[in-house]
This record gives sequence, structure tokens and C-alpha cells, in this order.
Amino acid sequence: MFIVNHRGIFFSITATIVVLAALSIGLFGLHPGIDFTGGTLVQVTYSAGRPTAPALGSALDAAGFSGYSLREAGTNDYILRAGIMTAAQRTALPQTLSLGGSSPATIDQQTEVGPTIGTELRNKSIVALGLVLLCILLFIAFAFRKVSKPVSSWVYGLIALITLVHDVIVPVGFFAALEHFAGAQLDALFVTAILTVLGFSIHDTIVVFDRVRENLRVNQEKGRKEDFAQTAGRSLNQTFVRSVNTSLTVLITLLVLYFVGPAATRDFALTLLVGIIAGTYSSVFLATPLLVAVEKWRSSK
Amino acid sequence: MWQKRALALIILIIGAGLGYFLYHTQVTGSRPFKLGLDLSGGTQLVYRADLSDIQAADTVDSMAALRDTIERRVNLFGVAEPIVQTETSSVLSGTSEQRLIVELPGVTDTQKAIALIGQTPVLEFRMLKAGASVPTDNATSSINAAFEPATLTGKDLTSAQLQFQGTTGALNQPVVVLTFNAEGARLFADLTKNNVGRYFGIFLDGAPISVPVIQEAIPDGTAVISGNFTAEGAKELARNLNEGALPVPITLISTQTISGTLGEQAVQSGIYAGLFGIGAVVLFMLLWYRLPGILAGVALSLYIVVMLSLFNLIPVTLTAAGIAAFILSIGMAVDANILIFERTKEELRSGKGAQEAIREGFHRAWPSIRDSNISSMITAVILFWFGSSIIQGFALVFGLGVLVSMLTAISVSRTFLLALGIDGTSRFTHFLLGSGVRS
Repeated sequence: MFIVNHRGIFFSITATIVVLAALSIGLFGLHPGIDFTGGTLVQVTYSAGRPTAPALGSALDAAGFSGYSLREAGTNDYILRAGIMTAAQRTALPQTLSLGGSSPATIDQQTEVGPTIGTELRNKSIVALGLVLLCILLFIAFAFRKVSKPVSSWVYGLIALITLVHDVIVPVGFFAALEHFAGAQLDALFVTAILTVLGFSIHDTIVVFDRVRENLRVNQEKGRKEDFAQTAGRSLNQTFVRSVNTSLTVLITLLVLYFVGPAATRDFALTLLVGIIAGTYSSVFLATPLLVAVEKWRSSK
Repeated sequence: MWQKRALALIILIIGAGLGYFLYHTQVTGSRPFKLGLDLSGGTQLVYRADLSDIQAADTVDSMAALRDTIERRVNLFGVAEPIVQTETSSVLSGTSEQRLIVELPGVTDTQKAIALIGQTPVLEFRMLKAGASVPTDNATSSINAAFEPATLTGKDLTSAQLQFQGTTGALNQPVVVLTFNAEGARLFADLTKNNVGRYFGIFLDGAPISVPVIQEAIPDGTAVISGNFTAEGAKELARNLNEGALPVPITLISTQTISGTLGEQAVQSGIYAGLFGIGAVVLFMLLWYRLPGILAGVALSLYIVVMLSLFNLIPVTLTAAGIAAFILSIGMAVDANILIFERTKEELRSGKGAQEAIREGFHRAWPSIRDSNISSMITAVILFWFGSSIIQGFALVFGLGVLVSMLTAISVSRTFLLALGIDGTSRFTHFLLGSGVRS
């Protein structure tokens, strides 16, 4: 009830978060990684201490690399990002990275993505995102086709979509900052994280809306008169513990994945973590309060 | 009640059986889990096949021949469990291309991997265009201008053999005799019959090695390459062709190499993350939901052995992303339990007996469980379709997880909770089935 009654406060909190996330996207920008643009990513580790960036840079310049970026990683690693290598550059890469043998280097990871494969993945990502959104919207419309009073089913769908937008903007904004400050890679895993957040967050919203639907039906069957805000608030209270607990168990596993899990999925776990917190927040503090606001607005007309 | 108990016992036995199966196969190493390249370490190479000289109808055949050739070549070098597969670019890539994907576990030197494939020669047959003369230089442009693709292609070759041929007045000259398969023999016979007097070029890696004039029809399905070979050169050519000549040229477009140590670390930390994740979730469920929490723990253990057995038996190729999906799914798997327990508690509060409350709780939680799992399945299916191999690993494990967790939550938790036979509305019952800090 508290949440529904003080929905104005939560709307402003939500708005602030969304604006911050949007600002982060606008300021730092999103830079698709080599998975999407094509190019080379090399992680190299120096067993006897890494050389300075300028030293490595001049070796790369000498080998004909241009427009590359170097970032320190771990204690003895560098991550090199560059365009597609020529065959000669590829052959000489171990030699180039070890500065002609003076800094023993081991290539831990080397990925080259051709431009057509990049384009393919980029287009597929966009289509997948659109497809997930469409399917979820259809599914919600279907799930709520029988509820039409006092709020029609397409409103549930629309609100679920608005919460989805929130749930996507927040982790994307977070990721833009992560990319800017910590050198995270916007790769295929990032898209996976966002799509997973979509699936999970809608799951949460559906459970709450399901409860509203059930309470409305029970009220109708028993001929009980109850204010819509009351019903919605009651439904929210009933599902609150569940929403929090489910998210908690998922958050626990994600935290473990972040701190203990493989390095390859660390940024992925963090993005999911933020997305799922946003998803839980929105299904409790945004979806149902919005539903009540819409009902109030429509009945006052 | 006894029926439920018997069922619960059977479920426990199945779970224990699967657990033993996993333990046994892993300890003896008889059925190891399949690890993706990012966990085992290794190299993946993606090539684009140049099919411009091949008729569209022959695309599938040529790609199959290409795959077989590379597979033979890779096996020859003793790479353990290589994967060689072909792929057609998605319509979404904007271009249409045929790709060859080669995965070499354990080969962590990109250069070595490329060299291994790169030594495979490309064998092509071309006809000199009417009116053109044999070019004197070997520049690609002049060759392309003078020659056109022949009906015969490299995929029709079955073997190559070194022979010495002597003609009167000449020393024994080393030659390479090509033998074609039935299809190739027919094509070659037609080609030679219809083109007597024309030049026929045999090209290796784009360069002509022999451009003889067709003297007469050759019906027996063999062709002789008689360049200016040394005995050594002819022997090497024959060997290379026997190990497999590529029917079409290929260009390297993507590579990915992951060192063995990085993969090992990923497996290690993946296992730790899995164990900690399970432990933390079980502890949470136990502390919050008490008795049902214990049952959720049992259901979760069952979920884990079923999933691991499926990974092993299907088999699912595990990647770092797949492990992440599995760990994530552990957190999600208890969701159905939480929904059911919360509902059961409400029914208890409304004054129902424990047995009835449990039944009613399951019944009422079902629509929510169904709907929310449908939305997760939608995501999993689309991700699987969208996926490069990394994403598909994630999607497959995630989708399996959703299905199996629904099964274990609704059938297993329910059976166990009912089998315990708690009933009544006593304070103790309320405590056992209650949750949180107060009962």
C-alpha cells in the first residue's frame, strides 16, 4: 500500500535513475566491440613484467598497426584492440608483442572477426532484440486478454513495455560507464545479458500483474467493492516477498559469478546484476503504481 | 499418502542413481563433459569459401568436399577431436557467403593452426577461352582473363600418383597421374571429347602447373600432369593432393585462440562459482523457509544432477557462457519453489490445514509459474536462434534450465512436501511451514 500511495515519490526516483542512465549513454556513448565491427582483440601476458605502453606502442607502429588501442589488464597483461591484421602482421604478432624477444610474452587470447561476420552479428542482435520485445508484448496481451475492467488489457501490455524500457536503459547506461571507465567490451555477451534481463524482468512484472488479475476476479466473484488502488496495493503486498526473494537468489548467484566465476563472464555478470536489480525495482515500484495512475487518470476523465 | 511416499522414494533413488552415474563417469574419466574451446583452450578458424567458379547447384557438394578435405588434413596432424563444419551466412549479414569453421582444441598457436590448414593445396581445372592464348606471366589478372572454369572440379579427384613416363628420345620424366571418381571420369571424358585441340589447364593454388592441349578423348578417368617436375617436386605434389586438395579456394576471415591456462582457470573458477552459488542459495532457502527450504534444497540438488546428466548425455558443449547460464539458472530454479511456498503460507494463514494449504498453494501458484517460464523460454529460443556459438551455449543451458527447474519444482517439491505428511494447524506446523523472522 505504501508504495501505491506514495507513487509520486517513486516515479521521481525512477525518472532520476532513467535520466542518469540516459546521460551516461549520451556522454560516454556505446562503442560496439569487434564482435560487431570486425577487428582484432589480443590479450597478452608478460611473465617478466610488462613493458611500458609507449615501448609496446612503438613496436606496434613499426609493425604497421594503426588506430589500435592498448589497455592494461591484470598485473602483467595488455589488451590490444586493432583492425583486421594483414597476414604479415599476424605472423609477426608474437615477435611484435614481445618487443623482438626482449619482453617474453604469451598470447592468452587472440580473436579476429571479419567484417561480414561482424555485420551479421550486429544485424542479428537488432532483430533478436526486436523479436524478444514483440514476442513478450504479444505474450502479455495474450496473458491479460480476459482482464478488461477497470483497466483494459492493452494497458497492462503497454505498462509492461514501459518497465521493459526502464529495465534496458538502466543496465545499458551502467554499461556505457563501465565501458568508459573500466574498458568493458560491448560484445555478444552484452546483448545476451540485455535479452536475459528482458526475459527475467517481464517474468517479475507478470507475477505481480497476475496477482492483480486474480484479486480482481475474486472481488468480482464475491461481489466485493474495492477501490482499484486498494486491490493493486494488496496484490503488490502479497507478491512483494516473492519478488524480493526470487531476485535475491538470482542476485546471490550473480554475485558469486562475478566474484568467483570465470574472468570471461565477469562484465556479463555485472551487467545482469544491474539489469535484474532494475527489473525487480521496476516491477515493484514502477509497474503497479503506473497501473494505478492510469486507472485514476481514466476514471477522472 | 503412501503413494506419495513411494513416489518420493523413487525420485530420490533416480536422483541418487544419476549422482552415482556422474561421480563414476568423472572419476574414471569414461565420459568427460564436452568443453568448448574457451574452456579447453584451442583455436577456431573461420574461412570464406570462394565459390565464384562453382555452379550454384554444386554449392552443397563442393562445401561437403571442402569439409571432408580439411577434416582429413586436420586428422592427419593428430589434433584430438577437431570440429570442421560448414555454415551459410545468415540473410542478415547483407552478403551471401559459404563459410568453413575449423575448431582445433589444444592448438593454442594461431600461426601453427593457420599453417596447418594453409598447406592444403587448391586444385582447379580451367579451359583456355576460345581465341585466347596461354598467358606468359602468372599474374592472376591475366590468368583470369584467359581461362574459364571447366566443368570438372577438384572435388572429383580421388587420388594422385607419382609415375615416370618416358617418351622416345626423352629421359624418364616424373609425372603426377590424377584419378577421378565416377562423376569426375564422366565429366572429364565429355570435356576431352568435346574440346579436342583446346588448351586444358591444371591449376594449383591459382597458378597453372600444366596446360596441355587436349589430343583426344580420355574415357578412363585419369589425367596426367607433366610439368617440369623434379622427382622430389612431383612426389610432394602427389602427396599433398592425396592428403586432400581443396575443391575451392578459401580465405581466412576470423580467428579465435584461447590459451590452455586461461581455459583451465575458467573451468576452475566456474566450478567454484557453481559450488558457492548452490551453497548460498540453499542456505538462504533454509534460513528463510525452514522445512520447505530443506525440500527446496533437495529439489535443487535433483535439478543439478539432472542438468549435469543432460549436459553429459546429450552432450552439451560447455562454454564459459554456458556455465554462467547454469549458475544463473540455479538462482532462477528456486523461483517456482518460492512462489509455491509463499502461496502455501497464505493459505495456512487463512486457517486451512497443512495438507490442504500445500495443495492449494501449488494450485494457485501454477499460472504464475507457467507464465513467467514462458517468457524465459521465449528469450532462450530467440537467443539460440540469434547465437554465435557462445550465445547458443548460453541459450541451450538457459532453456534446459527453465524446463528442468519447472519439472523439479512442481513435481518434486510438491511430492516431497505432501509425502512428509505434516498436517493440522498446530503452532509447530505453522513454524515449520512459516518463514522469515516471525512464524
